[in-house]
Amino acid sequence: MVATATAKAPARVPVPRRAVRAKARSRSKTLGGIRGRSKISRFASFALGTIWLVFVLAPIYYMVLISFRSPNQYLSANAWLPTGGLSLSSYSSIFHATGVGTDFRDSGELAVGTIVVVVTLSLAAGYRIVRRGSRFSAVSFRLILFGIAIPIQAIVIPLYAITNKLHIYDTLYGLVLVLSASLIPVAVLLMVNYLRLIPRQLFDAMAVDGAGPLTTFTHLVVPMARPVLAVISIYAGLGAWNNFLLPLILTQSNNDQVLPLGMYQFASNGEYALNVPVLMAFVMLSALPLLVLYIGLRRQFVKGIGGFALR
Amino acid sequence: MAASPAVLNRNQVGGSRSTITARRRSFFADLAGISPTMALFGAFIIVPTAFALFLSFTNWNVDGPIHWAGLANWREFFSDPVSRHSLLVTFELAGLSWLAQTPTAMALGIFVAGTQRYRAVYAALYLVPLLLSTAGLSLMWEEVLFPQFGGLAWLGIHAHMHFLSRNWLGSPDLAFFTIVVIIAWQFVPFHTLIFQAGRRAIPSELYDAASVDGANMRQSFWHVTLPQLRYSIVTSSTLVLVGSLTYFDIIYILTQGGPGDTTRVLAMDMYNVGFNQTEFGYASAIATVLGVLGIVLAIVLVRLSGFGSMEGTQEGTW
Repeated sequence: MVATATAKAPARVPVPRRAVRAKARSRSKTLGGIRGRSKISRFASFALGTIWLVFVLAPIYYMVLISFRSPNQYLSANAWLPTGGLSLSSYSSIFHATGVGTDFRDSGELAVGTIVVVVTLSLAAGYRIVRRGSRFSAVSFRLILFGIAIPIQAIVIPLYAITNKLHIYDTLYGLVLVLSASLIPVAVLLMVNYLRLIPRQLFDAMAVDGAGPLTTFTHLVVPMARPVLAVISIYAGLGAWNNFLLPLILTQSNNDQVLPLGMYQFASNGEYALNVPVLMAFVMLSALPLLVLYIGLRRQFVKGIGGFALR
Repeated sequence: MAASPAVLNRNQVGGSRSTITARRRSFFADLAGISPTMALFGAFIIVPTAFALFLSFTNWNVDGPIHWAGLANWREFFSDPVSRHSLLVTFELAGLSWLAQTPTAMALGIFVAGTQRYRAVYAALYLVPLLLSTAGLSLMWEEVLFPQFGGLAWLGIHAHMHFLSRNWLGSPDLAFFTIVVIIAWQFVPFHTLIFQAGRRAIPSELYDAASVDGANMRQSFWHVTLPQLRYSIVTSSTLVLVGSLTYFDIIYILTQGGPGDTTRVLAMDMYNVGFNQTEFGYASAIATVLGVLGIVLAIVLVRLSGFGSMEGTQEGTW
């Protein structure tokens, strides 16, 4: 896992990297060093980095500001500066709007269900795959890796037909199953990459003590896997919370409408369709749980987002 | 997880050759541990993939029976100007997205991998788009870009920046590029993470050696940074290209493929044909093209770069 390797890199290098850099920098002052690493180039990267920051934050700032306007203020006040009066009316409207509360509940249930299924299955499968006990595990792993390359957009029509046939169309647990299946390849890959780092000797020691696969699983693999469980949970939770396409294809009624669909419906034909501040407040609230997670569990969150790309 | 202890004990007592027992035991454990995953994966990924391919040779409107159609859908796909246009738009979107995202993300990743304190703050703020769902950020951008009342239009009217008051999503000349920019806004943060991790993994000794050899900043970029980032570049490029070939959500929410068919990518085309016109056979042919494009591209890029083999040498186990 490259990601863990980088995190631990300073421990492997005898001198902390920052000190090496500082030394290199001071040397570059005295001996010339890398020419061109001047104040100008440092200012240029600061400027370009700042331009990107403005581009990233400007629309979000706009959304935050608009969400604190009343409909009249939205039409009359400055669109980019907090002058001309602020209001909490959108947020009180959104709490009273029909369907919003159930959208949150449905998304929450979907996320929790998906996390439970993905974590449990990837843990059990990942353990058996790293043990490499049989051809079955090797073939399964190959198939799962191949699954990463299959775009979900290419199979939505069969998924629609299959969920109909299995009578799980338009149900939350049907959505949990399909979403979990779409997330499982990356989850298994993350799990396998992590569990590989468990020293073989620990497994041997368990075996010498007479532990069977089940005991080894509960007493060695599960405790060792705890850090990667957080990452996989976030990966699965985000996938469930934010997915738009699968709910669009696999659900239709209001009582299992998840947030992304709910927001879309809200914007296109709800009672607040023309009330932009309320719509922005809705988007803000839908992102709030993720903001809390990001602030609280930044490192796991970033790895969870990165999936296999940040191994 | 395991076969029941009773079975295992009987095996141990009965079989004197303990290796066979152990092998059988681990096979049962594999079966118990992996089967649930394979059942789910098989039912909702493998079977649908095969089913999509099969449906592409049929005519089906969901309610009625499935009729074999031979190559009719495929002939239609390759002769229909609409689908050929969609194919072209899809490739354009993938190409432009790559140009917009990968170099930007590389520059930003290298930038935030630097040691100055403010860069860490920037790095944290750069990730904020990842907190918004695609639906959420699409609606946000819709309001920013809305003609007359949106944020940019306001600047055009009140700050005399007239070039900003355009119909960004409604004009056939602009909609496609606007979509490219919004997709970049959504995904560059993710790719920045890839390059930041890649840049941090380059040993600083390489730069010290380069500077001892008298390399200037540009030379050390071309001869140290870029070659060292090759896996990050391949990972990022693969994900951008495969991702934008199959891109759907933002386009569905913001333009529905319009205006005209300027943003009608294959995924959008498939959705229209399948779920609006209920021609599931033809839609499956389009879906199969999508799937094949995605899989082939992923495999080619991974093979070309030797990305797969890197895993093997690095871990020493596979």
